[in-house]
Amino acid sequence: MEPSRDDLHRGFTEAGYIASSELIMAISLMRRLARPLLIEGDAGVGKTEVAKTLAVALDRPLIRLQCYEGLDANAAVYEWNYQRQLLAIKIWETEQVSAAEKERHVFEEAFLLRRPLLEAISQDVPPVLLIDEVDRADEEFEAYLLEVLSDFQITIPELGTITAKSIPYVILTSNGTRELSDALRRRCLYHYVEYPSEDKEMRIVAARVPDMEPALAAQVVRFVQAIRREDLEKKPGIAETLDWARALVGHDIADLEAEPELVRDTLLCLLKTRADSAAVSREVVERILGKAV
Amino acid sequence: MSATLAPFPTDFPAAPISRRLVGYLRLARDNGFAVGVREGLDALRLARAVDLSRPHQLRWGLRALLCSRKADWARFDELFDAYWLRRGMKRAALIDGETGRHGASKDLGGAGGLAEAPAREGNDAAAAPGSGKSDGASTAETLSTTDFRHLNDPDQLAQVYALTERLAARMRARLTRRERQRRKGHRLDLRNTIHKSLGTGGVPMRLAFRARRAKPLRLVAILDVSGSMSLYSTFFLRFLRGVIDNFHDAEAFVFHTRLVHISPALRERDFERALERMSLISAGWSGGTRIGDSLATFNDNYAAQVLNSRSVVMIVSDGYDTGAPEKLAGELARLRRRAKRVIWLNPMIGWRDYEPVARGMTAALPHLDLFAPAHNLESLAALEPYLARL
Repeated sequence: MEPSRDDLHRGFTEAGYIASSELIMAISLMRRLARPLLIEGDAGVGKTEVAKTLAVALDRPLIRLQCYEGLDANAAVYEWNYQRQLLAIKIWETEQVSAAEKERHVFEEAFLLRRPLLEAISQDVPPVLLIDEVDRADEEFEAYLLEVLSDFQITIPELGTITAKSIPYVILTSNGTRELSDALRRRCLYHYVEYPSEDKEMRIVAARVPDMEPALAAQVVRFVQAIRREDLEKKPGIAETLDWARALVGHDIADLEAEPELVRDTLLCLLKTRADSAAVSREVVERILGKAV
Repeated sequence: MSATLAPFPTDFPAAPISRRLVGYLRLARDNGFAVGVREGLDALRLARAVDLSRPHQLRWGLRALLCSRKADWARFDELFDAYWLRRGMKRAALIDGETGRHGASKDLGGAGGLAEAPAREGNDAAAAPGSGKSDGASTAETLSTTDFRHLNDPDQLAQVYALTERLAARMRARLTRRERQRRKGHRLDLRNTIHKSLGTGGVPMRLAFRARRAKPLRLVAILDVSGSMSLYSTFFLRFLRGVIDNFHDAEAFVFHTRLVHISPALRERDFERALERMSLISAGWSGGTRIGDSLATFNDNYAAQVLNSRSVVMIVSDGYDTGAPEKLAGELARLRRRAKRVIWLNPMIGWRDYEPVARGMTAALPHLDLFAPAHNLESLAALEPYLARL
């Protein structure tokens, strides 16, 4: 049963994610066209969150594969449980069983450790498979991934080919550490997440930090929007906005302009490099505050 | 934007939406979007799934389907509006050669009068003061020690070009061999050990090891093509082409007053055409060399994508910078934090009595891992052992 776009919209809103209609369209197409969705965008704009929210909205398990340099098939697909296999061989040592029989025994599924990719294709109901920061993995892994994502089957020499019981919703995210191959890009639907507009960010803060005064939330969002226009190394994403909003709620502030000192002190929620915190001096804070409120 | 779809052409009174869609896909492909047969079928399937009276839905769907990178994402709307909503038609229908990845070679190839710049560069090299040093020399050995700017005979040039490309290939081969030799396993490979132990009743007699996969170097070359370097740039372009062809992971950039990414152009099979494409890219530049600004562009826009901890950045420039030396120093410092090594090749070092007095060069020196000459083939070849050690 495919969820309609309206269902998805509702599900995302209920889970606290303000999704654009465009994103909802892309997600509904994933199912229809049986293609994975590649999400790109600056750090902290909520790429990973899309997959998490989708899992909540559909009430499906989320299986996550975090990519890193040197990720190999053993960590991503499957591995044999060697310790248990060794033990089993030892235990069977005294039994009158042929070596071939023993071999069959130790390569049964009970000795198989399922890693995320295998796990994702062996579910009865389609789960959400999040392949996070796929650009961090090596080209070789990317090529392998491409194969898995087009055939949805995995071959284990000792067991044979395992075909997917259900096709998972696959979401890939990329931060641009490395340019992805054209083949993988073509295989995927594409969505680019931009920094949210002021209005959208306001709704996000309202959804995620409900105990914040709307007037203060508006100030916070305008401040963050203004600081993104400054020349920074790492622009604050939505995650940073939310962190900052929560920090301010904790400090029980009503008006940003009245507390430039506290604003400056809590900026560590927004600015994550030394160069950036040096760039946003007191004067800059006051200038932005003047504009923001 | 509540506009409806443009009416179907009247000569196909019953023309189904699919006909319009196919026309659109063709336009998208000509404009460099990745549209294959699969995308075509999926687009038709998509058209059936959305409410066609609301063009936004078609827009969102096609956008997700046809785009495959940020650049596509940004220019999709214009093309869509032009075709479906008849807006700004003229502008978008123009095929944009520089951004078109797939159609590009076809589109640029036929254009006439584009070879002007490479021809000029060639002439420069040919008209270079041909001092007696290379007279009559035609063996590879002599050629390899001749300063590039003293080469003027077309035959010699051709030979040097070939040598340059081969040198780049050899660098790659050497690097690979080194990597293989290092492949001595340190970790026990349990999987294979158990496999092997089956024959001995489960007693692991023969151990299997796992080798750490070695990663080859990634080379990023940034070449100065300003007027003061014009005697050398053709050679280095040849060299870069050899590098791009042979290194799995290499990127090339040129700068003058601004920085341009030329790897896609260099990957062109035909070198003459590659030069042609590059002349398009660099056409109409003037003014001084801005090394600092160009490196800033690199750091801001490309570094995150092309650099990793195995990257060697090779800057080829004479260091004559019209920008502020502090800017150059600052950008080099940023660059060095990201890359494994930053090396600067300066063809002028090969000149007798050269001291790095250019202000930019002096500012740059503390941030470099290697500052080396590069005025002839021999000096380029000397780099190879250095790179192999990394």
